[in-house]
Amino acid sequence: MAQKNIRDAINETLKLEMRRDPTVVVIGEDVVGGLGGTSGVEEAAGGTFGVTAGLAAEFGRRRVIDTPITESAIIGMAGGAALTGLRPVAELMFIDFIGVCFDQILNQIAKFRYMFGGKAKVPVVIRTMIGAGMGTGPQHSQALYNMLASVPGIKVVLPSNAYDAKGLLTTAIRDDDPVIFCEHKAMYLDACEVPDESYTIPFGQAAITRKGSDVTVVGISRMVTFANKVADRLAKEGVSVEVIDPRTISPLDTATILASVRKTGRLVVVDECNPICSVASEITSLAACEALSALKAAPVKVTAPHTPVPATPDLEQAYVPSLEQIERAIRSTLASGSGAGRVAAAAG
Amino acid sequence: MSYDPIMLLDAYRRMRAIREFEERMRREVQAGTVPGFVHLYCGEEAIAVGACMHLKDTDYIGSTHRGHGHCIAKGCDLEGLLLEIYCKQGGLCNGKGGSMHMADLNKGMLGANAIVGGAPPIAIGAALTAQVLGNRSVALAFIGDGASNQGTVFESMNMASVHRLPMIFMYENNGYAEFSGAAWHLGGGDIARRAGGFGMPSVKVDGTDFFAVYDAMGAAVERARNGEGPSSIEAVAKRWYGHYEGDMELYRKKGEVDELRATSDPLVKFESRATAEFGIDAEELREIDEELREIIDEAVDVAKAAPKPPREALYTDVYASY
Repeated sequence: MAQKNIRDAINETLKLEMRRDPTVVVIGEDVVGGLGGTSGVEEAAGGTFGVTAGLAAEFGRRRVIDTPITESAIIGMAGGAALTGLRPVAELMFIDFIGVCFDQILNQIAKFRYMFGGKAKVPVVIRTMIGAGMGTGPQHSQALYNMLASVPGIKVVLPSNAYDAKGLLTTAIRDDDPVIFCEHKAMYLDACEVPDESYTIPFGQAAITRKGSDVTVVGISRMVTFANKVADRLAKEGVSVEVIDPRTISPLDTATILASVRKTGRLVVVDECNPICSVASEITSLAACEALSALKAAPVKVTAPHTPVPATPDLEQAYVPSLEQIERAIRSTLASGSGAGRVAAAAG
Repeated sequence: MSYDPIMLLDAYRRMRAIREFEERMRREVQAGTVPGFVHLYCGEEAIAVGACMHLKDTDYIGSTHRGHGHCIAKGCDLEGLLLEIYCKQGGLCNGKGGSMHMADLNKGMLGANAIVGGAPPIAIGAALTAQVLGNRSVALAFIGDGASNQGTVFESMNMASVHRLPMIFMYENNGYAEFSGAAWHLGGGDIARRAGGFGMPSVKVDGTDFFAVYDAMGAAVERARNGEGPSSIEAVAKRWYGHYEGDMELYRKKGEVDELRATSDPLVKFESRATAEFGIDAEELREIDEELREIIDEAVDVAKAAPKPPREALYTDVYASY
């Protein structure tokens, strides 16, 4: 099976779905690029990181639709097109830009199906880049998916590898509800084996990426790869770490997480969000509320600190949860028989 | 220009239905029978109807919080509307939308919208669908003078212009954004001129004159269906009632509405021209009046008596509820 990176897996998925269904269209800023320029180059961009490269050549600009820089109109237009018969894949270049189009997500597309009495389908996917680690600073590096997970009516998907990216995006495009598909910008070149043909991965079904019995570590997006590395490192010492990748945080596969926590009795959640009302908060609270008697130690949250993302590389590195922090959190929960929960924030 | 008498009678029926419906809603709100906020459309009937007479069920409209008139003009079922306004089972949205959020997708009605400026981006999406599918449908957004100041409206006009979408921006300048006058809140004072700046034909018409709206809309729809791109129309017609029912209207001078009723009632203006110039029989209009009164009376009775949605409905129509 061929090795493919996340960027190419997403690109391939878009092509496969556009071939399969003529109502699938791609909408966004510079998803092709070059209109109105002076060079005459047919495809001057193909997406910010080349994720949509080659789509226009195969499907034409009628279905691969460049827009001005106009996020409210992009998201709203995609929502309106979804209401009326298309399956748009809209690109919100960076999730940080949600600030200029949140109404269209929060009050429009997330609400249509419910407030129209179940008579509306809204098959729209919003692909968006998340995450720190590339030096892109406070307005291009946030995680923010935690905010979206608290809005009923939208599904929030966070692939952590190329195989999942393809299967989850296929599911997203074929789904009749709005889906926010979060791509970590530091992971586009991460590769693994990916089949050439189409396949789907159901939403609300976590993956267990490392089997273990001593401690459960739930990771989100890029933090899954960090957790896997720590698990492999600790395995050499005989510490058995189970790593769970929820893959979708809304809906959330609570059953798989709780089953693992009941088995290991210990929980660490690694999440790149700011700590307050983070996904880590939700999952640790889930364990405390639903599996308290199984817990041998207080759950531990490893998150970014409650600060904006700094541009300075050293500080940014300190902002993102590190392998060391994750390892420390695991060791602390293993050492602790009971006691208060702790937040292993970046500065700690 | 001449007008088909059958079209004129249909237009009158829709305008009268809006008037009857809204006057009845006003009495019901005052009697305390209607839940939530209600925003009435009286005085603006000729805009919705002048526009929608050109549209089919396969064309789309995006509406506003003042949406009853748009729904009626677009052909939504009166009983379905009333059931929805009363938030009852069997309403257009099974009671989950109510007055400010009702939609009827089978009629191309993409929803009233309680976010001022919320609908234009959705409407351009419907126009995009028409363009991608090449089915000659068009989309229209009703936009109040208040909404005309929202960024979403500017973004939508620019997008429609850039992509030559089959789109009509129908501005309803009803004189007030909530409790502030258009004479103050509209920078530059003229919506039509702003819209023209986006590179689309843009006209300003008397929104109490059905014929003026109908003619302007005819040109805009033809342009849109022919793939020539978007148009904008600013129709000026002051609303007769408050921002919402219950509004004290302290911002209006005394007698303003009496004068509007006396001098620019869209139904009176329509009738005098239709009977004088186009051979419409006033008796026939009175029969329509009577018939609509009965239909609305019955529909209100049905809506009041209808069952509420069951408790379980709280958890349906959303992919997951916890």
